[in-house]
Amino acid sequence: MSGQMSKEALLKAYRKMRQIREFEERIHSEFATGEIPGFVHLYAGEEAVAVGFCEHLSNKDRISSTHRGHGHCIAKGVDLMGMMAEIYGRKTGTCGGKGGSMHIADLDVGMLGANGIVGAGPPLACGAGLASKLRKDGSVSVVFFGDGAANQGTNFESMNLAVTWDLPVIFVLENNGYAESTSPKYTARVGTENISDRARGFGMPAITVDGNDFFAVYEAAGEAIERARKGGGPSFVECKTLRYYGHFEGDAQTYRPKGEVKDARANNDPLKRFAAAVVAADLIDSVELEKIDKEVRAQVDSAVTAAKAAPDPDPESLFTDVYVSY
Amino acid sequence: MARKIMFKEAINEAIRLEMERDETVILMGLDVAGSAGTGQERDSWGGVLGVTKGLYHQFPERVFDAPISESSYIGAAVGASACGMRAIGELMFADFLGVCFDQLYNQAAKFRYMFGGKAVTPVTIRTIIGAGFCAAAQHSQSPYSIFTHVPGLKCIVPSNAYDAKGLLATAIQDDDPCIFFEHKALYTTKGDVPEEHYRIPLGKANILQEGKDVTIVALGLMVSVATKAAKQLEKDGISCTIIDPRTTSPLDQDAIFSSVKKTGRLVVVDEDSSRCGFAADIVAMTAQEVFSSLKAAPQMVTPPFVPVPFARNLETAYLPSAAKVEAAVRQTME
Repeated sequence: MSGQMSKEALLKAYRKMRQIREFEERIHSEFATGEIPGFVHLYAGEEAVAVGFCEHLSNKDRISSTHRGHGHCIAKGVDLMGMMAEIYGRKTGTCGGKGGSMHIADLDVGMLGANGIVGAGPPLACGAGLASKLRKDGSVSVVFFGDGAANQGTNFESMNLAVTWDLPVIFVLENNGYAESTSPKYTARVGTENISDRARGFGMPAITVDGNDFFAVYEAAGEAIERARKGGGPSFVECKTLRYYGHFEGDAQTYRPKGEVKDARANNDPLKRFAAAVVAADLIDSVELEKIDKEVRAQVDSAVTAAKAAPDPDPESLFTDVYVSY
Repeated sequence: MARKIMFKEAINEAIRLEMERDETVILMGLDVAGSAGTGQERDSWGGVLGVTKGLYHQFPERVFDAPISESSYIGAAVGASACGMRAIGELMFADFLGVCFDQLYNQAAKFRYMFGGKAVTPVTIRTIIGAGFCAAAQHSQSPYSIFTHVPGLKCIVPSNAYDAKGLLATAIQDDDPCIFFEHKALYTTKGDVPEEHYRIPLGKANILQEGKDVTIVALGLMVSVATKAAKQLEKDGISCTIIDPRTTSPLDQDAIFSSVKKTGRLVVVDEDSSRCGFAADIVAMTAQEVFSSLKAAPQMVTPPFVPVPFARNLETAYLPSAAKVEAAVRQTME
């Protein structure tokens, strides 16, 4: 289960997952007050995917993300205080309040941006992978996309491009059960249960894993990333998971079976499963996990407080950062 | 030392010189290396019109044949450029920009602003424009206005070999995404081009000639159309200033405004669509900024608001011509 992971690494992974969960739960409640502008898409429930992959990555590795990008940002190491301020549209935000929830990016840590366009990430990740290949530094790129984006032409084109150019790109399909409100059952007939079967047709290793099992994701991610680092080309990992909130905040979710989220939270929650596994294996004491929970809660609290108190962007910033040179 | 070379050779030379000087410059596109599936030695083709011929041999690790998947390889050029490369993406015809529009319109153009100034995307997209070859509605357009409309993109429309080399060198080294529109009718036209490396700044117009009566603004192939008209008008004592802005974004507004202040008359010659286009933009901003200097209503010489037709007579009727420019100039003199 966790043979390769030190206790320190386990605690770090748990902390990241807890940060994502706490961050998203908090935004859910704050959004209801009306203070957060714009559209927000929450990642809660899918934490094991982002963290399971990003724990194998360093700053020189790149990821591209989706409209549901907070989890990827936190997992890749984007500063949580800056993220919260960005979501509130503040001057102190990661992007100075010019991007918002759907466009948080920090290239210094290899985060190529959350993205408001479904299916925009795979071509960009191929470009990042090409840069890695040319630089010959062993870095890789990982593209996260959903079951909705799996049907975009960009995704098919990019799988072919990655195989043809032999790029160190890992395609990570977060199959959370709904493309906005529509199940893959109605949008992706691949003749099998798994969308990953398509990828195999492009000539790359492809696997489907339980996306709520951190250790299953971590292991599959490690294998795919290692292969890419060694020049073995692209891979595809489908992670089956479930999002706990709507497509966007405010979504009435009439398309969900009754009790789906409640049941998942009780019986298939990635954090609970992680905690149960490490405690049962006697690797970590539950008191240590509770300590992390408390610390993360305080951290997110202070991020919200700071974001609310932060100034709006300077009016003149409306006109800056369009071009590098004018 | 300058010698006469073709427009397309000037483009090849600009890419070669940048690739020699800068190892981060890479080139990708359909058939740009050009094995063309023949099993023959690569570099047999060098792109559909042979513009990149020879580059694969010199830089085999940095010239990539792409699948006919414009979204993914143009997107990859954008992504690689956000990660430290200076990618040149060759898009066969500008008409195909629709296939990969999102990667330019929503991705490359917006990274810098959306990310609060923390990203650069020094990508250059080269693409072929222009009618005149009976290539019909999907291989003849000049859609630079659509991209000029998008903040964050820079649009370059060279009119001669010298400018093509100097402007492309600048575009490749510019840290913003640039789209370089090459008119297919210019490819084999020759001009004096220095062998050595040089750059022409973006947003600096070329004033081909100065006259006292009318200011003609023209781009790309239309510069030669305007020049021909101006010669004819000169015989009748009408003297024209001809301004080639070279780039639609950034735009050298000062060159246009200060000329119109002197002449009081404006004619814009543009091969792009007439509505919400380059010509309309120049006329609007001139009317707004230097209205009091105008002695006559500004005129636009553009194609009619229809797709590019196929039949030769229809295509000829479609395109701006020296005669149409002459007529427009005379109208401002009435």
